[in-house]
Amino acid sequence: MRTSFTERALVTLSPGGWRALAAFLAVMLMGVPLLHLAVPAGSPLHVSDYVVTLTGKVLCYALVAVAMDLVWGYAGILSLGHGLFFALGGYAFGMYLMRQIGTDGSYHSTLPDFMVFLDWKTLPWYWQGSDHFWWAAFLVLAVPALVAFVFGYFAFQSRIKGVYFSIITQALTYAAMLLFFRNETGFGGNNGFTDFKRILGYSVTAPETRVVLLGVTSLALAGTLVLARWLVTSRFGRVLAAVRDAESRAMFIGYNPLWYKLFIWTLSAALCGIAGALYVPQVGIINPSEMSAAASIEIAVWVAVGGRGSLIGAIVGAIAVNLAKSWFTVSFPQYWLFFLGFLFIAVTLFLPEGLVGLWRRVQAHWAKRGEAMEWPPAPLEETAKPVASTVVPPPVPVVPLTEERPA
Amino acid sequence: MSTTELIREMPQGSGTEPAPGMARVVQPGEVDLTHGVILYLDDITVSFDGFKALNRLSLAIGVGELRCIIGPNGAGKTTMMDVITGKTRPDSGKAFFGQTLDLTRLREPEIAHAGIGRKFQKPTVFEQHTVFENLELAMKTDKRVRKSLFFRLDDAARDKITDTLKLIRLDTVADRPAGLLSHGQKQWLEIGMLLMQEPKLLLLDEPVAGMTDDETMRTAELFVSLAGKHSLMVVEHDMAFVEKLGGKVTVLHEGSVLAEGDLATVQADQRVIEVYLGR
Repeated sequence: MRTSFTERALVTLSPGGWRALAAFLAVMLMGVPLLHLAVPAGSPLHVSDYVVTLTGKVLCYALVAVAMDLVWGYAGILSLGHGLFFALGGYAFGMYLMRQIGTDGSYHSTLPDFMVFLDWKTLPWYWQGSDHFWWAAFLVLAVPALVAFVFGYFAFQSRIKGVYFSIITQALTYAAMLLFFRNETGFGGNNGFTDFKRILGYSVTAPETRVVLLGVTSLALAGTLVLARWLVTSRFGRVLAAVRDAESRAMFIGYNPLWYKLFIWTLSAALCGIAGALYVPQVGIINPSEMSAAASIEIAVWVAVGGRGSLIGAIVGAIAVNLAKSWFTVSFPQYWLFFLGFLFIAVTLFLPEGLVGLWRRVQAHWAKRGEAMEWPPAPLEETAKPVASTVVPPPVPVVPLTEERPA
Repeated sequence: MSTTELIREMPQGSGTEPAPGMARVVQPGEVDLTHGVILYLDDITVSFDGFKALNRLSLAIGVGELRCIIGPNGAGKTTMMDVITGKTRPDSGKAFFGQTLDLTRLREPEIAHAGIGRKFQKPTVFEQHTVFENLELAMKTDKRVRKSLFFRLDDAARDKITDTLKLIRLDTVADRPAGLLSHGQKQWLEIGMLLMQEPKLLLLDEPVAGMTDDETMRTAELFVSLAGKHSLMVVEHDMAFVEKLGGKVTVLHEGSVLAEGDLATVQADQRVIEVYLGR
């Protein structure tokens, strides 16, 4: 049993996949810390604070993208409210960070500054225990998961699907944003949480802390990727795709889509919670704007750009769009949203399988030029087999692999 | 819903007396067939906005029987299958699977688990999955999330899938995505998926639509060989196929049973001739 489990875990990624993952972790856990801490700031090899923080932030987004791809790419559920789960994780951990400030705030009170400002005398009940790291860590997972579970149960039970589901998720995150904007809610109103000082007693801005946070984020992303890959290659993943493609057929052969959808939906929310919790100490602020409609739509854009239905695609998409965003918002801040909208339309029209699909097409193009073209094209997940060099071109009509595929 | 809950939901007879056939504990998932009837529809009415798709329909199918259902378009054949599989709830009437399972109170997956398999009019297979995976997904097994997460295909299951692949003559295309199959092959794949579920009752909605004559005759042979071991309800317009199947025929018209008997008797029935030719 144990050995078969290990075997199953090992084939989750291809040997090349494991090597790439190991290389990624080596860079993030050893390369970056070395270049950031040991190389003097003047050296061209030095990795700056800005780069470390930006990398950490982008990796958090990549984690969210993987979680999003699990529900959208593999279960066909387009959520336009994943920013909510990200923010809930961020707020849950932010409460801990606020308590870690202790009496070093502007008002030197044991209460967080915004509570003093509101003239509150004691902590609200839901802040109880938030000074304990493990309780906060528990909330990071439990709060988004619980909200997702309850919401998902009623939505999936009522068989709400497609665009209707997407709109409801959008409304959900918007409602939550309005709630969090209120000072009375007890989460700092429109300012949210900021001015963090310490995490587990260590200074949150110290280079060492930043490097550790980046390392933890990298591990979380790697772990999520392996878990997600394991899920989608298991029978569970096949059932999920079956529910996505032909839900009533899946029901008539005895699967209850409710629990399959609910499982992946809740898991996805918990993963977003982790990403949010890792994001807050690195970026130093969490406020209700994370729950805005646009923030959630952006998550869907990352996945669409990278290629939904491919986990690597989701990560690539999140990294590409966010790096573009960092550059754009500095160079032409007023045009970023236009660019984002343009990007989404362009990808939907010309690259329905995203950057990963483009890469596969380029590969197929080369293969076609070289020798026989592979037919049928590889399905969504990475199952491309090597093209046998001796095969004669098959007598099937060759579909031209042009950049613009007719709709 | 777990099987223990399923049993709890079964009618327990009046008062403390066990219902007939309930004296012995029915095993989880077992269907009580002691009275020789597998499906029993009584006085079923379904209306959509005032239109009665089914109008006091009563019908019984025996264990191991091969029954053909014919009738003009709009006679209520598909609605009847929807009621049996839990997709549509009747406004009134009873639907029992065996002696004990009330189909009007179970949901689709529960009905599937109880042993009713359905083939749709339009073949629906999982197009992105391979032929092999389609059969594997349909296989009778624990279909809850936890089991699916840690599922591993054992040799017995693999053999069973291989046998079914041969039976439906798709063993040479086992690794091909189902979406690339021909229409007739998809029909066969869906029949194969149905067989993998090991259902007691198979509902087949126009199973030979779009098949060649040769494929149609092979399908008829397959169904005849399945009768006895399974009970089959076949909805079909192809009279040559119905004749080849040779079972009892029920004619539906305007939501209720118009005639019942072997094909020759039914075809000689004056009312049936009117319905088919009169208007």
